[in-house]
Amino acid sequence: MKYKGRFGDYGGFYVPEVLIPVLEELEEAFYRFYEDKRFVSELANLSKDYAGRPSPLYYAKRFSEHVGFKVYLKREDLLHGGAHKVNNTLGQGLLAKYMGKTKLIAETGAGQHGLATAMIGALFGMETKIFMGVIDIERQSVNVHKMKLCGAEVVTVEGGTGTLKDAINDALRYWTAHVTDTFYLFGSACGPHPYPTIVKHFQICIGKEARQQCLEQIGRLPDIIVACVGGGSNAIGIFSAFLDDRNVKLIGVEAGGRSLSSGKHAATLVVGRVGILHGAKSYLLQDKEGQVHDTESVSAGLDYPAVGPEHCLLKDTGRAEYVAAEDDEVLDAFELLSKTEGILPALESAHALAYLCSQKGKLGPDTIAVVNLSGRGDKDVSIVEKRRPFEN
Amino acid sequence: MKTYKQVFAELSKAKRAALIPFFVIGDPDFDTSVRIVKTAIDAGADVLELGIPFSDPIADGPTIQKADIRARNSGMSVAKALEFTRKVKDYKDIPIGLLMYYNLIYQYGTEKFFSDFHQAGVNSVLVADLSIDDADEIIPAATSVGLDTVFMVTPNTDTKRMKRIASKTTGFIYTVSLLGVTGSREKLSGTVAGLVGKLKKLTTVPVCVGFGISKPEHAAAVVSAGADGVIIGSKIVDLIESNLGNKEKMLAEISTFLSNVKSAIEHQSN
Repeated sequence: MKYKGRFGDYGGFYVPEVLIPVLEELEEAFYRFYEDKRFVSELANLSKDYAGRPSPLYYAKRFSEHVGFKVYLKREDLLHGGAHKVNNTLGQGLLAKYMGKTKLIAETGAGQHGLATAMIGALFGMETKIFMGVIDIERQSVNVHKMKLCGAEVVTVEGGTGTLKDAINDALRYWTAHVTDTFYLFGSACGPHPYPTIVKHFQICIGKEARQQCLEQIGRLPDIIVACVGGGSNAIGIFSAFLDDRNVKLIGVEAGGRSLSSGKHAATLVVGRVGILHGAKSYLLQDKEGQVHDTESVSAGLDYPAVGPEHCLLKDTGRAEYVAAEDDEVLDAFELLSKTEGILPALESAHALAYLCSQKGKLGPDTIAVVNLSGRGDKDVSIVEKRRPFEN
Repeated sequence: MKTYKQVFAELSKAKRAALIPFFVIGDPDFDTSVRIVKTAIDAGADVLELGIPFSDPIADGPTIQKADIRARNSGMSVAKALEFTRKVKDYKDIPIGLLMYYNLIYQYGTEKFFSDFHQAGVNSVLVADLSIDDADEIIPAATSVGLDTVFMVTPNTDTKRMKRIASKTTGFIYTVSLLGVTGSREKLSGTVAGLVGKLKKLTTVPVCVGFGISKPEHAAAVVSAGADGVIIGSKIVDLIESNLGNKEKMLAEISTFLSNVKSAIEHQSN
């Protein structure tokens, strides 16, 4: 490898030997193409015409009135596929194409990254396999069907708890046997180097746009940026453009699940301990000996026991603050945004909204908060219906 | 304590290759696992490769994954793996290599881990998810207590890297026969003979081959290609899994299988 891929002591590439040459090849290709004129312009065109960038920054007036300060939504939910995931899959998919790869594999939790990969597989005519845990397949069946409609094969992962962690395990295993022709399109800003760097690069457009839009629409930078954190791709995408703006507070919201004290959650940065999983050193939910914990969250996309290495560093340096929102607060926030704005947020993104609800009465009326509304909630309607049925 | 150097020297004098069975410690439970390993020793194992079960074994196929789950469900822990190692060592002084994942070592404390397991009788620790590039995170801790180092070479490792791996390896090179995870296979990988030949030319460190070696004839072919040892894991673990209800039969089948492999590679080694 040319670079160590470290964020402080976090990150790196803790993988079996068989994956080293292929990660080297990926690193080399990324640094060869990411500033290449043809690559950049092709990606810009696709981002605009295929994905629908730039995404709007929307002032959520009625939601703001409810919480008592000004809330702007970065509308990644309006992108093609319904989430920010397409930014990364377009970028990596194009990279795969430039590398001459013909097959894509990806892991998925909520199915948003799987869908975004399946879309790009269809767009570029690449054979696509999506690894998805059996539990997630059950709770996100609409996305599964969408992936299949785009021509992808969805591989059921039975191991472990049948969630995102297990999907990554099996995707990595599959990759080791198919390294020569297959590109692993990793969905979050975690995993082994160079993925955290690559994913951040393709997601930073969220933050760059949001920063520009704030200056143009509001005339100043926001006071707080809030984003949900599972692996951490949408959060790093928006945080990265504001790192040097020291007065802008960065808040990452993890899945508090049932509750932190119950142990049934995915609040890695809030309560985890440093360890090594899926190729990287990061905070990790684990037992005393280092066996990785099963996680639990109402949102499949945040149901992950590790977290992107750069978030670990941002936590340690204090540049970003990480908190957790529990399932019930998240469902409240989901309902509130739906009711006040007619916007159904993804349950993942609703974690960020739940944090804002918790700040009601604590932040002054002139406070400006920007929430990365990373995805739309259509995929979650059946879950919400089950948890919060209407009376009649 | 018997070293790899002694064992490979003895074998080389006798013109034999090492039979190296792999087991997950505590599969299916502690006591049965001890009996299984003793059976393997009696059947002619020259070196043991033992895995400490992990929640997320990304280099392992379904067979070893299930073994990890069985062992963990029956209460296996890192502390118990220490006890297990001592028990095996009491039975016979045979070199033991651990094959495991990094997080368990990291949480235990790397230096303490190497020191404690060395005292229990382990000769080397191969960390499946730690490549030569980060070897410095473990080599000082390993060498300071006198442990040997074992690293993997895979079919896609280039020559320059092979040399670098060989230069950091004091025990043996764990040569992965194929691109993929552990698991028994019908056929031997077509690339393994070339890989072994290449490694033998560029290093004097013993070259052992694992992953997918499932039949006596696979083992024989690997040895005739020049390998100094044959590592067999999933095939044996399959025998554990398919005989969970009958432990005597399990032990008998493992014994017969290993004896057959042993005689197949003895045949080849002359």
